[in-house]
Amino acid sequence: MSQGEAILQVQEVSLSFGAVQALIDVSVDVYAGELLAIIGPNGAGKTSLLNVISGVYRPQRGRIVFMGKERPRHTRPYEVARQGIARTFQNVALFKGMTVLENLMTGRALHMRRGLFSQALYWGWALREEEEHRAYVEKIIDFLEIEAIRKTPVGRLPYGLQKRVELGRALAAEPKLLLLDEPMAGMNVEEKEDMCRFILDTREEFGITCVLIEHDMGVVMDISDRVVVLDYGRKIAEGSPEEVRTNQDVIDAYLGVVHEEG
Amino acid sequence: MIYRETGQFKTSYRRDQAIFPIAQDRWFVVAALGVAFVVVPLVANEYWLQAVLIPWLVFSIAAIGLNLLTGYAGQLSLGTGGFMAVGAYAVYKLTTAFPELNVIVVFLLAGLFAAGVGILFGLPSLRIKGLYLAVATLAAQFFLIWLFNRVPWFFNYNPSGTITMPPRTFLGVMVTGPEATATVRYLVALSFVVVFALLAKNLVRTNIGRTWMAIRDMDVAAEIIGIRPLTTKLSAFAVSSFYCGLAGALVFSLYLGSVETLAFDITVSFEVLFMIIIGGLGSILGSILGAGFIVLVPIFLTNVPRLFGIEVPVDLAKEVEAMVFGGLIVFFLIVEPLGLARLWQIAKEKLRRWPFPY
Repeated sequence: MSQGEAILQVQEVSLSFGAVQALIDVSVDVYAGELLAIIGPNGAGKTSLLNVISGVYRPQRGRIVFMGKERPRHTRPYEVARQGIARTFQNVALFKGMTVLENLMTGRALHMRRGLFSQALYWGWALREEEEHRAYVEKIIDFLEIEAIRKTPVGRLPYGLQKRVELGRALAAEPKLLLLDEPMAGMNVEEKEDMCRFILDTREEFGITCVLIEHDMGVVMDISDRVVVLDYGRKIAEGSPEEVRTNQDVIDAYLGVVHEEG
Repeated sequence: MIYRETGQFKTSYRRDQAIFPIAQDRWFVVAALGVAFVVVPLVANEYWLQAVLIPWLVFSIAAIGLNLLTGYAGQLSLGTGGFMAVGAYAVYKLTTAFPELNVIVVFLLAGLFAAGVGILFGLPSLRIKGLYLAVATLAAQFFLIWLFNRVPWFFNYNPSGTITMPPRTFLGVMVTGPEATATVRYLVALSFVVVFALLAKNLVRTNIGRTWMAIRDMDVAAEIIGIRPLTTKLSAFAVSSFYCGLAGALVFSLYLGSVETLAFDITVSFEVLFMIIIGGLGSILGSILGAGFIVLVPIFLTNVPRLFGIEVPVDLAKEVEAMVFGGLIVFFLIVEPLGLARLWQIAKEKLRRWPFPY
């Protein structure tokens, strides 16, 4: 895939919690249309980086430029979402008391414009808006093959399906950039294959740029265009899956280095 | 056997999103409304209307209000009594200051006043959650009651401190005051319940309701998918307080006729909370059922010994009532924590398969 322009630029971002340095001078560019994987050992700062991008954490230093615009320091997460960044969570963060359909409809909340009074009357504009968004959500339900469970409360679904619904909720927001935090954690091989297919199809069908955190190296090497490797809060490597696999620093970070005496 | 949805195909999203997608449910609702609007006024006597049905209806609105805030938006509130008092005193001030104003308009304005107060006392919810928020709303309760007790302007400097609803007509019929018949007051209260239950149901099945539930279920995730916590929480407080204020207005003008602040003290807040817990958190129907339960059980308990010909001294009866009441609530929470609405739902599920549960 040819590299388009950078849709997101993370520039020299540093984040610390007290004395703990979670991210140190990390710079990452994400190009439009690509699937970028972020890998690294536990505690390397992968999720922290995602949290910085989605506005949950405010970095002490560094800039974030999304779609050519620098993000002001005090941007709240909901504003980031409205600019077109959606994400899923490491631990499923669905709304447990609601059905699959309601969860996906909630994903479209940021596109809904009708006020309280017209919604209370359920008439005219509000009704039409509800139907339009329902139609869009049904497209996603078809895409993710979850038609049979649309009216099921998400709390009753098995884990793999919950992950899929969470992907659906993020897609419902029609994001330009999708952040996936370990979408395949805790899945069996079959579920992982399904999920990979959905992620690849997401890009094909909706043209969404993806940033993915994943521990399964097989998956990462198979589906990603580029890989960024973090270790102890620093970026230690970046490149195609091939380049990264053979990079000595990466091998050291994963396997450990023998420190020679003297 | 009769309750089947077989053959009823939904061909549009609008049909699928209907409140009662099943035809039998729609007929049931029409029948229930027919009974409530036509049969009940014909057969019910003064006692039933005044002591059972009117309080049930007016407290249903309060329960719906609290359920929107606590059951749907997940913000625990103990200020219900205070917000109801705002509605009641707003009605009193408005009717005495502007006697020509239509009484229905006065009720709605009273609700809006309460909504404003609700937003003000909802502000702490942006910072604190759960039990701590409950304590903050408790402050609202005590402050508002104190205010209405201590500032004579609110009760027009009347030496007894009691506010009395002046007689008012709507469409030529006496609606409030001692002249108004129980039947008329019942019908007005019923109309309010039907309209505002429907509006509440619409709110919770559209975007605003979903954002409330999202904040309730997982506020961090809700914010990350683009829901603004500030407007969402405050809108929940505003709408909820509107309902509570309206309920307070109706308690004052349709049910009691004249009140002191005692009618809206902390026990009322707890009673409304019991209503939604027993009825079912996050259910409009549950709010109405729960209100009925809380209103009916004391009446039931006082009448049962009489049925068996046992004369119980009044003070003893009161104590027994409190004990049985407490026991019932605990029993209920253990057996069906999701409330009467859940029981109703289970009954419907069973009925769908009956008599061939294959």
